[in-house]
Amino acid sequence: MSTATPVTFAARARQSRLTWPLLALVALLLVNVVVTPSFFSLRIQDGHLYGSLIDILKNGAPTLLIALGMTLVIATRGIDLSVGAIVAISGAVTCTYIAGAPDPTSASAAIIGLSMALGLCVLLGLWNGFLVSVLGIQPIIATLVLMTAGRGIAMLVTDGQIITVTNPAYRQIGAGFLVLPISILISLAVLAAVAVVTRRTALGMLIESVGVNPEASRLAGVQARTIIWTVYVFAALCAGVAGLMISSNVSAADANNAGLWIEMDAILAVVIGGTSLAGGRYSLTGTLVGALIIQTLTTTVYTAGIAPEITLLFKAVVVIAVCLLQSPRARAALRRGKTPPPVVPDAGTPSAAPDLGVLADVPGPVAPASTSSSHSAQKAGQR
Amino acid sequence: MKAAQLPTRPEGAAPVATSRPARRRTPVPTRFLPVIATFVLFVAMFGVGSVRYEGFASGQVVANLFIDNAFLIVLAVGMTFVILTGGIDLSVGSVVALSTMVAAAGLQAGWSAPLTILAVLAMGSGFGLLMGLVIHYFEIQPFIVTLAGLFLARGLCYVISVESIPIKDDTFRSIATGVIELPGGTVITPSVVIALVVVAVAAYVLHLTRFGRTVYAVGGSESSARLMGLATARAKVGVYVISGFCSALAGLLFSFYMLSGYSLHAVGMELDAIAAVVIGGTLLSGGVGLVVGSLLGVLVLGTIQTFISFEGTLSSWWTKIAIGTLLLIFIVMQRLFVGRKA
Repeated sequence: MSTATPVTFAARARQSRLTWPLLALVALLLVNVVVTPSFFSLRIQDGHLYGSLIDILKNGAPTLLIALGMTLVIATRGIDLSVGAIVAISGAVTCTYIAGAPDPTSASAAIIGLSMALGLCVLLGLWNGFLVSVLGIQPIIATLVLMTAGRGIAMLVTDGQIITVTNPAYRQIGAGFLVLPISILISLAVLAAVAVVTRRTALGMLIESVGVNPEASRLAGVQARTIIWTVYVFAALCAGVAGLMISSNVSAADANNAGLWIEMDAILAVVIGGTSLAGGRYSLTGTLVGALIIQTLTTTVYTAGIAPEITLLFKAVVVIAVCLLQSPRARAALRRGKTPPPVVPDAGTPSAAPDLGVLADVPGPVAPASTSSSHSAQKAGQR
Repeated sequence: MKAAQLPTRPEGAAPVATSRPARRRTPVPTRFLPVIATFVLFVAMFGVGSVRYEGFASGQVVANLFIDNAFLIVLAVGMTFVILTGGIDLSVGSVVALSTMVAAAGLQAGWSAPLTILAVLAMGSGFGLLMGLVIHYFEIQPFIVTLAGLFLARGLCYVISVESIPIKDDTFRSIATGVIELPGGTVITPSVVIALVVVAVAAYVLHLTRFGRTVYAVGGSESSARLMGLATARAKVGVYVISGFCSALAGLLFSFYMLSGYSLHAVGMELDAIAAVVIGGTLLSGGVGLVVGSLLGVLVLGTIQTFISFEGTLSSWWTKIAIGTLLLIFIVMQRLFVGRKA
């Protein structure tokens, strides 16, 4: 090996937005090995792979799927808060249909039920897309409508009950195995399909251009409205399939708790993966790594014997850490950590000082490495 | 005051032109129209309720709206500040839960009531301050920082206790059960008074102080505000401190209301607060909105709940559907309103 290779590799690693998330994932896995030495062991039983890693993949499949849809939505500078509600609706519709079908155990009941659910999800996605692209409502608030009302709709469908079904065909989606769990195979297939469709054609670039500037891309001949509409339908469809996985895994539809907080998990996965919430750039690999980090974290907390509720705390810490590491400001601060901090012109109240802690050696709004816009701020601040 | 009429669209979207035809036709300033719309809706809903149900149109029903939603009013006031700067605070529901936990655990550990109250308020403000600093100085989107705050506060609740902790302190109980009789026989609780004082103070701060005008200016256009030499950093961090403080105060009111601390208190309450603010006519892009609107927004949400409890046969999930529908109507109306001006 020539000496040049590691240098360029190190340089590339420092450039890549995936480096920190990957390191975080590896660190999490190492923690697991220390806590449970048998963590990496896989065994085959009845033609199925079993093991902690497979569990992570299986339980992370719905989050990954939703995060994929979310990635494209976020790339257009949008956000979809309604996916959790769509998860609940999709499970509710399918299970209610199967439970009421003439033969609740037949495969045909499952297929009709899930096609109805997915059809409804497409409609909900069209609705979100209509609000965002045609009416021009801010995505966060447009999808908040369905997030609030959606769970109510799901409860309306199930009449507030938890609907249980016993349908072997339906159970395959969430709990079935083809060596690997079927759910993760579905998610990975969707990941591959999205990667091919958006990265091997111009579609990905068009999505990013809409995210950078919808108006400019429209004037440049990009059908911004259609693209925005499409990504919301895709996100809703992904959420619908994820809802099928979740309800089929437990053979029940719980309108209240199915997919609760999953929109937050999905957004976290996307953000951890290096996709900017400001739109215009996305990374599918990053989303995959992000979803794995979220799920590994959850599993780690379980296996380490910590109360599962505390997972939220770890999630918060990981999010803040990854976001800080990706923030250009914080990176600049780390790089010039030894230079004395310039005086911040208006750094909030005096009581802020003890709380600044780590932030203290961060250059304030007058950071020399900052962009041109904050140079004007600097002048304004000194005036 | 001028600041509130600055251009309200910071990026993309259609530019706001002068609103001359609208000005001529309507005698009231256009910025009051959304609040008036909310008020008309509230009165109309109440009118329909009075016609449909016996005993709906009583002073006590109105008083109960305030009693049952005092914490939400305080929460919505804090959220209004944040949304006026164009930010968002998703952590408020969790901070409410954390406040009830800290209060309950503190009292259980033998702290005095005033000390507990101070500790809770300091905790909430400190939490908001940290989030504000991260948002401002690291330029990370408010959405993701406060989402982390949501998880962090909820996680800290579980660290304190997974179980519900009852509050047995005499001071807390006396505030919780205390009533203030108004002329006409209606009764309200001390919480209502606190909530209304918060609304009044917030209105004063927003309209009659330099800080309040800076908040509107930052929401209108942050870079313009900065070029004008306004203390944008103080405003941007300050609104999260205010929101944190309001969440902690709302948490205290909530613990008066529930007399317990529990990690699962106030799940999803941030959505109610955001919905109330939006129904109250505040634009999520920032720069436009009034605190009174948020108060009316909370009352509208409360009226929906009162409707459903009076109806009796309707299930609780209709509340969610109704709130979603109202939210939709209001944002579409806002959109058409802003769109026509453009």
